[in-house]
Amino acid sequence: MSLPGAKRWLLLGIALAAVASHFAHSPELGLNRYYLGVAVDVGIAIILAVSLNLINGHTGQFSLGHAGFMAVGGYTAAKISLLISPAGEAAWGFPLALLGGGLLAALAGLLVGIPSLRLRGDYLAIVTLGFGEIIRVAVQNMESVGAASGLKGIPKYTTLGWTFGLAAITIYVITALVNSTYGRGFIAVHDDEVAAESMGIPTTRYKVTAFVTGAFFAGIAGGLYAHHKQFLSPTGFDFLKSIDIVVMVILGGMGRTAGVAAAAVILTLLPESLRAFSEYRMIIYSLLIILLMMLRPQGLFTFQRKQGGAS
Amino acid sequence: MDWLLQQLINGLGLGSIYALIALGYTMVYGVLRFINFAHSDILMLGAFAALYLEPHVSRMLGGPQSILGAILIAAVAAGLCALLGILIEFLAYRPLRQRPRLAVLITAIGVSLLIEFTAQHEKVFSAKTQFFPRLLPEHSFQLGQVYFSSTDLLVPAVTAAMLAAMWFIVQKTRTGTAMRAVSFNQQAASLMGVNVNRIISFTFGLGSALAAIAGILYAMKAPGIEPLMGVQPGLRAFIAAVLGGIGNLPGAVVGGLVLGILETFLGGIPWLSSYRDGIAFAILILILLFKPAGLLGKATVEKV
Amino acid sequence: MSAPLLQLDAATIQFGGLTAVSAFTTAVADNELVGLIGPNGAGKTTAFNLITGVYQPTSGSIRFAGQPTVGLKPNQLTRLGIARTFQNIRLFHSMSVFDNIRAATQLHRRHGILDALWRGRAHRAGEREVEARVMELLEIFSLDKQRGELAKSLPYGDQRRLEIVRALATKPRLLLLDEPAAGMNPTEKDDLMRLIRFVKDRYQIAVLLVEHDMKVVMGICERIAVLEYGRKIAEGSPQEIQRHPQVIEAYLGAAASGKESPDA
Repeated sequence: MSLPGAKRWLLLGIALAAVASHFAHSPELGLNRYYLGVAVDVGIAIILAVSLNLINGHTGQFSLGHAGFMAVGGYTAAKISLLISPAGEAAWGFPLALLGGGLLAALAGLLVGIPSLRLRGDYLAIVTLGFGEIIRVAVQNMESVGAASGLKGIPKYTTLGWTFGLAAITIYVITALVNSTYGRGFIAVHDDEVAAESMGIPTTRYKVTAFVTGAFFAGIAGGLYAHHKQFLSPTGFDFLKSIDIVVMVILGGMGRTAGVAAAAVILTLLPESLRAFSEYRMIIYSLLIILLMMLRPQGLFTFQRKQGGAS
Repeated sequence: MDWLLQQLINGLGLGSIYALIALGYTMVYGVLRFINFAHSDILMLGAFAALYLEPHVSRMLGGPQSILGAILIAAVAAGLCALLGILIEFLAYRPLRQRPRLAVLITAIGVSLLIEFTAQHEKVFSAKTQFFPRLLPEHSFQLGQVYFSSTDLLVPAVTAAMLAAMWFIVQKTRTGTAMRAVSFNQQAASLMGVNVNRIISFTFGLGSALAAIAGILYAMKAPGIEPLMGVQPGLRAFIAAVLGGIGNLPGAVVGGLVLGILETFLGGIPWLSSYRDGIAFAILILILLFKPAGLLGKATVEKV
Repeated sequence: MSAPLLQLDAATIQFGGLTAVSAFTTAVADNELVGLIGPNGAGKTTAFNLITGVYQPTSGSIRFAGQPTVGLKPNQLTRLGIARTFQNIRLFHSMSVFDNIRAATQLHRRHGILDALWRGRAHRAGEREVEARVMELLEIFSLDKQRGELAKSLPYGDQRRLEIVRALATKPRLLLLDEPAAGMNPTEKDDLMRLIRFVKDRYQIAVLLVEHDMKVVMGICERIAVLEYGRKIAEGSPQEIQRHPQVIEAYLGAAASGKESPDA
């Protein structure tokens, strides 16, 4: 990746998202609500998958709790929006709400990142899964956010522009982070922790950084999701949701941002396109996961990670 | 005191079931080093097998709720599930044997989802909860203020019997020795003439049979059965396996009992009871923070 | 000689009941080339792991450049100036040759996360500097042509060399080499000996070498320490060690009888 070109791409991405959003939401040219909704779903999936990719793909820590971070961000952002204006007339508060959600999710990421310093592999996977479940159970018991019956009446602030603008920022931040001398540390932790330590790389700090950054963007995605669906329920963030995101990362080819983003698009559209066979839809979906793992375990897309010299 | 005893009985029953399921997780982990997510669905299928077998067996034996009938139902259900477990390993996991563990893990999740969604389909079991027939006559006992049923006694008894059988198979038979060899070092075992594929099939069969029995026991205590009934006990059992030190058989039993009892006690405290689903994980995280390799697991120092 | 660069004082480590290294006292001076030998399982690699902070000593003390190092993590020790290679090569297998070195220069980059995100002028200048330094190292050790290849796809000898270069990229004052000649043929071993001497002279660093190959050890080391069952049984010049009766009995006797030492 040649930079500062990347920064230009980022701005271009945000601009495109804004323009697309303007037309897509305008009443005369507007897309039909269903397609618009699916498009926002796709953008949110990209943010989730690319941010989990930093933890699972680049840094090689196996997290199964991404939905938990998303829940923290979603509920926090929704609560902030409702506090600012219960009637949903303060769209200026939206960025604030998203940021708040992201920050609280990042804090949760810090808490989860700490055990990751001592645990590896399956043990880490189960602990992150556990954190996700604990967050869900905690939300289920919080009356202030609707407990088990869910949080209703969240204002609809999420637009195509916000979603894809933030998706562009997520992709940029994670790519820029990893593709630098600093960022080689993440890959070094992934490849060989002992060797990384011996080369002066503070592996614990990198692992926690990966968790905090990944959780922050999952929190942002949660905020977008909340203001898109206008309703949050704890069951929406169970461990199946985390699995969905993990599958995107693996099918995209762990550590390959472009592939992971593409897998997020495909895996979001796939169940939608199977709507015609609604009763068999999830059966087909699970069969596809099995078949894909057998046929293409290295990910759907085989383009190699860019190797070598100048960056 | 009575309260304590009551909770202990309940916890022991729950913990025994967790232990039975955990054994399957830990055995498969021992030989293949991956979490068999589909294990919890085998448990569900075991319960459904019993549900469908019960009328036939009752008709054959001329009446419901006989001990022979219950044994017959459990044995056939366990056999069916063992076959299914072997089949799953053969079709889904064996082709991935040389692939990264993560690919196998995701496949296992895929298999689990496939079973769950297929079972939920209208033409299969459908998603609704079904009444589970009584397999054995049930008696209630009262000791002071402590109430318990014959099922409460049956569950730990069956578990103890199964554990004894397991211990015998793993420690005293040739196949068990081969299992231990495979879990210690697959390559070396195969060089020593162990048929690794056969041992892995056997491990899946054994684990699935235990899961089926655990599923039936679980169904006997639960109000009814449905296609997702395996998810929560499966998750707990998996926690139990990790808690005890995954890959370690006695560890799975200890983990299951500890988890079942702690969960029952903490869940019995009024202000904690609504957090029940999170308690198991909280216990797990606390224990792993202090003993990263589980209660009985050996901390492996990476060779540098 | 002034105060030694590395000073081990009765360093001891026990695993369970086993004492892997027992009261090991030795010192390495600036720009000195010291060999550490002993039969398999004598505790040589364990001693390396103590020096680099992978293990913490049960008792005894270790000082580097006058500073006590017990309690420091490996990455902090690398920052102080200790770098190492591994007995079983541990390169970053998913990275290119270039990136393997680049990852090891990371500790000298003063800029961090925000800088990597903003990618301002200072960052770009810093990255160019890193790149130049990596290329210089690759050229010196003639790995520049393979810079884009995956580290794991290099031939064995090149992987060993790359590991040494990667350690050098951390700008060490002391370089620990763990059996660098293992698996090499005689020509490669000769090249390696030249390489080690070159590294020591050009970068003016101290080298501590664990090696089974007597020709390599005797050929380049200025001083040799011998471990057996975790204890130091001898220390001295190569000539002294070759004549030391205990060493001959414990180690050289076995190595001298066959061309290949049985435990190599």
